Amino acid sequence: MRTPVVANPAGFVLPDSHRRAILCMIVLSFAALFIGVVNGLGQALNYARVDILQYFPGMRTYYQGLTVHGVVNAIVFTFAFAAGFLSLTTSRALGRLVNDKLLWTIFGTMVLGVLLAGYAIVTGQGSVLYTFYPPLMAHWSFYLGLALLVVSTWITAAALMITLLGWRKDNPGVRIPLMAFISVATYAMWTLASVGIAVSVVGLLIPWSMGLISHSDPLLSRTLFWYSGHPIVYFWLLPAYVSWYTMVPKHAGGLLFSDSLTRVVFIMFLLLSIPTGFHHQYTDPGITVGMKALHAGLTFGIFFPSMVTAFSVMFALEIGGRRRGGTGLVNWFAKLDWGNPALVAQILAMLTFTLGGITGLINASYSMNMSIHNTAWVPGHFHMTVGSAVTMSFMGIAFWLVPYLTRRDLVGRGLALASQWVYFIGVLVMARGLISGGVDGMPRRTNMLEAAYGKPSWELAGMLTGLGGTLMFIGGMLFFAVFAATLFFGRKGGAPTDVPFTVTATPPETRGWQVKLDSFRWWMLAAVVLILIAYGPFLVQYLPASFMSPGYRFY
Amino acid sequence: MSAEKLEKIFLSLTIFMLIVFLGALFWASFGLGMHLPDRVGQIDPTQVRTTAPFDNPGVFRVGENEYEVVALGFAWAFQPREIRVPAGAKVTFIATALDVIHGFHVEGTKVNFMMIPGQIARVEAVFARPGEHLLICHEYCGAGHHLMYGTVIVEEADWTPEDPDAPDEEPDTPPVAPDATPDGEVGA
Ligand code: HEM
Ligand SMILES: [Cu+2]
Ligand SMILES: [Cu+2]
Repeated sequence: MRTPVVANPAGFVLPDSHRRAILCMIVLSFAALFIGVVNGLGQALNYARVDILQYFPGMRTYYQGLTVHGVVNAIVFTFAFAAGFLSLTTSRALGRLVNDKLLWTIFGTMVLGVLLAGYAIVTGQGSVLYTFYPPLMAHWSFYLGLALLVVSTWITAAALMITLLGWRKDNPGVRIPLMAFISVATYAMWTLASVGIAVSVVGLLIPWSMGLISHSDPLLSRTLFWYSGHPIVYFWLLPAYVSWYTMVPKHAGGLLFSDSLTRVVFIMFLLLSIPTGFHHQYTDPGITVGMKALHAGLTFGIFFPSMVTAFSVMFALEIGGRRRGGTGLVNWFAKLDWGNPALVAQILAMLTFTLGGITGLINASYSMNMSIHNTAWVPGHFHMTVGSAVTMSFMGIAFWLVPYLTRRDLVGRGLALASQWVYFIGVLVMARGLISGGVDGMPRRTNMLEAAYGKPSWELAGMLTGLGGTLMFIGGMLFFAVFAATLFFGRKGGAPTDVPFTVTATPPETRGWQVKLDSFRWWMLAAVVLILIAYGPFLVQYLPASFMSPGYRFY
Repeated sequence: MSAEKLEKIFLSLTIFMLIVFLGALFWASFGLGMHLPDRVGQIDPTQVRTTAPFDNPGVFRVGENEYEVVALGFAWAFQPREIRVPAGAKVTFIATALDVIHGFHVEGTKVNFMMIPGQIARVEAVFARPGEHLLICHEYCGAGHHLMYGTVIVEEADWTPEDPDAPDEEPDTPPVAPDATPDGEVGA
């Protein structure tokens, strides 16, 4: 029996006020990406020893631009997209709307956060990069803005949870529709994960930057940052997974492999995303080798759900390809609908993610991490994860989502397809440059154009970085052209009237252990226990905190 | 073959692969001794210059074929700026930061760690071959981050420092030190 991943397959209508609120979030999200992509071009060319940043109005230093790039891409773009997209998937799957006043509150909080953080960055008082490690100190509005952006995710989490609880009350004993379960699971994970960054920003950095407390504890704040900083990568990724699991099979003409397995994957992310943060601090003093090894082991565990995802996605695509007449071992791949930009973007995203996953596994192996930590390798790695796998998935989703929300037909299908291919090739070239440079010792986060040192062998790496970055920029601009043209000039009437959703090959069980998968309460509790195991010993060793570093504004 | 069966094979292979990788990692670290920085001690970051051993940064010969490098990172230089040791010697780096977080990467080697104010880093290394490496600050540390570097020169194995008791001459203040005071205000 094929079961849809939503409660009511037919008859869902999204009222206009919801439509507008979600559209506002999506537009905010891609506006942020636009700024990020423009800055990205400046950085990539800087590695190629070409200075275009000097022509950017108001740009004082390379690092001010890099702060913009990190904040708008990694925080604003991803948070705003997740809020809009997962509110929609939750509403659609339950057939029950997320409260629209809350949607507007989320949007308003995000805008306020962007304005506050933006003020500090634009006026040159916040060039601390998106990781804002103390004791480099920014203006308080930078931290307050980031805090509001985090608060907006909590409002989203609450809004989704309230909707789900209301639905459960009205539907006792019914399994949560899959698409809603995985959407809410994403926010459940992030709610636990964001505690670290919130404690650091609200409890320590805001009072410190306002002068209420005079000193900071750099290692404690750094640890709190990475407590949230690893799971944040899954908060970026899981909305894309929601699409890969429940929508891509539909685009491809296939179907979802297993309902239960999908839930297990998201539960594994809920459990294992957080107790792995020390893999970003392998090379930090002050943390015992034992704790680092524990986090390394758990990090290998979190690779497992992504491999399950790879299987499910290939299953869906292969069925789709065979239904379209594909035969043999690989021919089905060629038979996929390569004319559908939403599908093409996400298939290309999956391909880059394969490379992103492999390089990630290398980062996690700390014997190798010591060779490449904080070199250009690292941005090489994560432009193949968040910088393309996630970003191209979101662009792919936008190809149907913007028409759906505006009721306007997509403008420029050919351009849309081209944008993804160009971006895809660009990211591979740029990553090749950054990764080879990184292996050769070329540092990240560095104004290479004005660096006091260098190696001749970095030149090729830098040139590939610049070339790839330029292609990514062109791909990005093609995408924004399609996005804006659809938004303003799309023909009324031709747009999709519903969210695309697939059916599952094995339906959700209504009896037995699988029903227990739906109880968020127990999974949250288990996640907290794992967090205590992973961070408890460190805190016992480390606390009380040593607030001994005054603030510095070296920029 | 049914999809269920394929899935079981695929996931079993995944688990097998992850266990092998993890085993290799632990073998490398506990068997081959590729050590990460451990928790070795804390220091008041505002008192570093007057606290031993950091009151006397430099390269010291401490044994037959053993060297200790006491290193400081501050905006925007390393002290000592040039580190000279023979190939094959056991070199222990003991380092910390004076102001903000810095990085310490001897490019082309596995000597790669963070310098965090308040924390003491201790890392051991043996440079097998003679040669010259850049010492790079690879963590953003302010407007002059890209100016912060040093050199590690690995001499032939039979090399010894001229005066083993005296550290290399180092000026106390680096030429690129920022005109900055703690608590935020950058002067002029
Ligand atoms: C045209 C597209 C893009 C180009 C050319 C580009 C280029 C770059 C380059 C060269 C760096 C390294 C800078 C350095 O370490 O000094 C970088 C850093 C970074 N990029 Fe991108 N990027 C692009 C898009 C994206 C996207 C879409 C995302 C995420 C959604 C992203 C996220 C980041 C992050 C988080 C960093 C690290 C910032 C930091 O170290 O503080 N980038 N980018
Ligand atoms: Cu991570
Ligand atoms: Cu630096």
